[in-house]
Amino acid sequence: MSETQKVSASDNKKKDAGGTTILFFLIGVAISLALGWIIFPKLLYSKKSQPIDFSHVVHSEAVGDCDSCHFFREDGTFSGAPTLAECIDCHEEAQGDTEDERIFVEEYVAQNKEVPWLIYSEQPDSVFFSHAAHVKKAKMSCESCHGEIGTSDALPIYEENRITGYSRNIWGKNIAGIKKHTWDRMKMNDCGECHEEEIGDKGSCFQCHK
Amino acid sequence: MSKGSKHKDKKFGMVIDLDKCTGCGACMVACMSENNVPFKENESNKLDSITWMRVYKLENGKSFPDADICFLPRPCMHCEGDHGHAPCVSVCPAIATDYDHKTGIVSQIYTRCFGCRYCMAACPYHARYFNWWDPVWPEGMEKLLNPNVSPRMRGVVEKCSFCHHRYQLALDKAYADGRDKIEEDEYQTACTQACPANAIIFGDLDNKKHAVYSLKKNPNTFRLLERLGTNPKVYYHSSREWVRRAGDNYLKHETTKA
Repeated sequence: MSETQKVSASDNKKKDAGGTTILFFLIGVAISLALGWIIFPKLLYSKKSQPIDFSHVVHSEAVGDCDSCHFFREDGTFSGAPTLAECIDCHEEAQGDTEDERIFVEEYVAQNKEVPWLIYSEQPDSVFFSHAAHVKKAKMSCESCHGEIGTSDALPIYEENRITGYSRNIWGKNIAGIKKHTWDRMKMNDCGECHEEEIGDKGSCFQCHK
Repeated sequence: MSKGSKHKDKKFGMVIDLDKCTGCGACMVACMSENNVPFKENESNKLDSITWMRVYKLENGKSFPDADICFLPRPCMHCEGDHGHAPCVSVCPAIATDYDHKTGIVSQIYTRCFGCRYCMAACPYHARYFNWWDPVWPEGMEKLLNPNVSPRMRGVVEKCSFCHHRYQLALDKAYADGRDKIEEDEYQTACTQACPANAIIFGDLDNKKHAVYSLKKNPNTFRLLERLGTNPKVYYHSSREWVRRAGDNYLKHETTKA
């Protein structure tokens, strides 16, 4: 008899301890989730501003479509971000009186120094991407991959992954990898997804690798 | 391979005339500089050196006046095997190498390779090489690297790609001009263009208009270790019987397959 009493008493103690354990477990889970989903992503990416504040809207109103500055070379390769040679056509002298304009003309144009633009969509060395195949042949719009940068008034903050050194635009802003637009991410699977839809297969490795 | 593809698949390959090859090694040099192939201070250590294109010297083993030699350039054979079942492709546990049915080119993806070297063991042609070290170029030389070929890191396997980046660039040019197809001379490998004797001919083996189409049918044309069933896309040509015989392990009583 006394033995069974002892057993039930220790059972109660165990139940109390069980409740505390669950509570601490839940607190632990909450802390871990907060660390992983909120704090770690903030620590992972460093924030960098572009050397000069640049408005795509102002420029597209003045010079026209994207390909006025981001053009194809004669051999079919894509020029990417414009160099000083293209800017100098209009910006030999200051256009307007903003501080950035003054810096641009004095520190870059006058000294014939290239602007070290940070490229949001820079891919690893092993990736081959043909703008000609997508824009010229498949007639895709720039927005399909680059989003609404062309209609923006200011350049977004460049976030660099401290571990890999790549731009956050490759992984996407959403840390869970949830995608709402085609331009939200630029990882291999995103290329593959579109290729499967449009062409019917992802293609072989060498189609996009070099 | 896409079934809905409107375009006929290509099968790029080579026909190398061994009677023309002088063994000068221009193809090896051109290949190394085109493809950012790293070199070592001591290139005589063949366990360490990397040569996507390598010229071998064959001898007929006879003494004067019958002595004869032959130089044999060996790129990757881009084996088709049985419907793309190349020896290296079938053993890779990481899918770091695949057979492209649209071009017939066997790829090697360095960022995917984890260096098990199973493909090297599988390749009967020794066309694959392992990077035991990170590449080191003499100071200033890294500025001369080809931007269209990614350099390799320590711990991965590499091999000849038939200068696939040149195919990509040729396609870029074609698309920009509003074309879909490329001409034979728009895509040529670096070794082909470097050969002063014109011994290497490159093109689409399935395209009747390309030189390789008829050259590969010559009765004096053979492939290396053909009887293994690797179905290589590099053909060799020689008018000399002993050279053709050297292309495979023939027993004394066996006749050379013509």
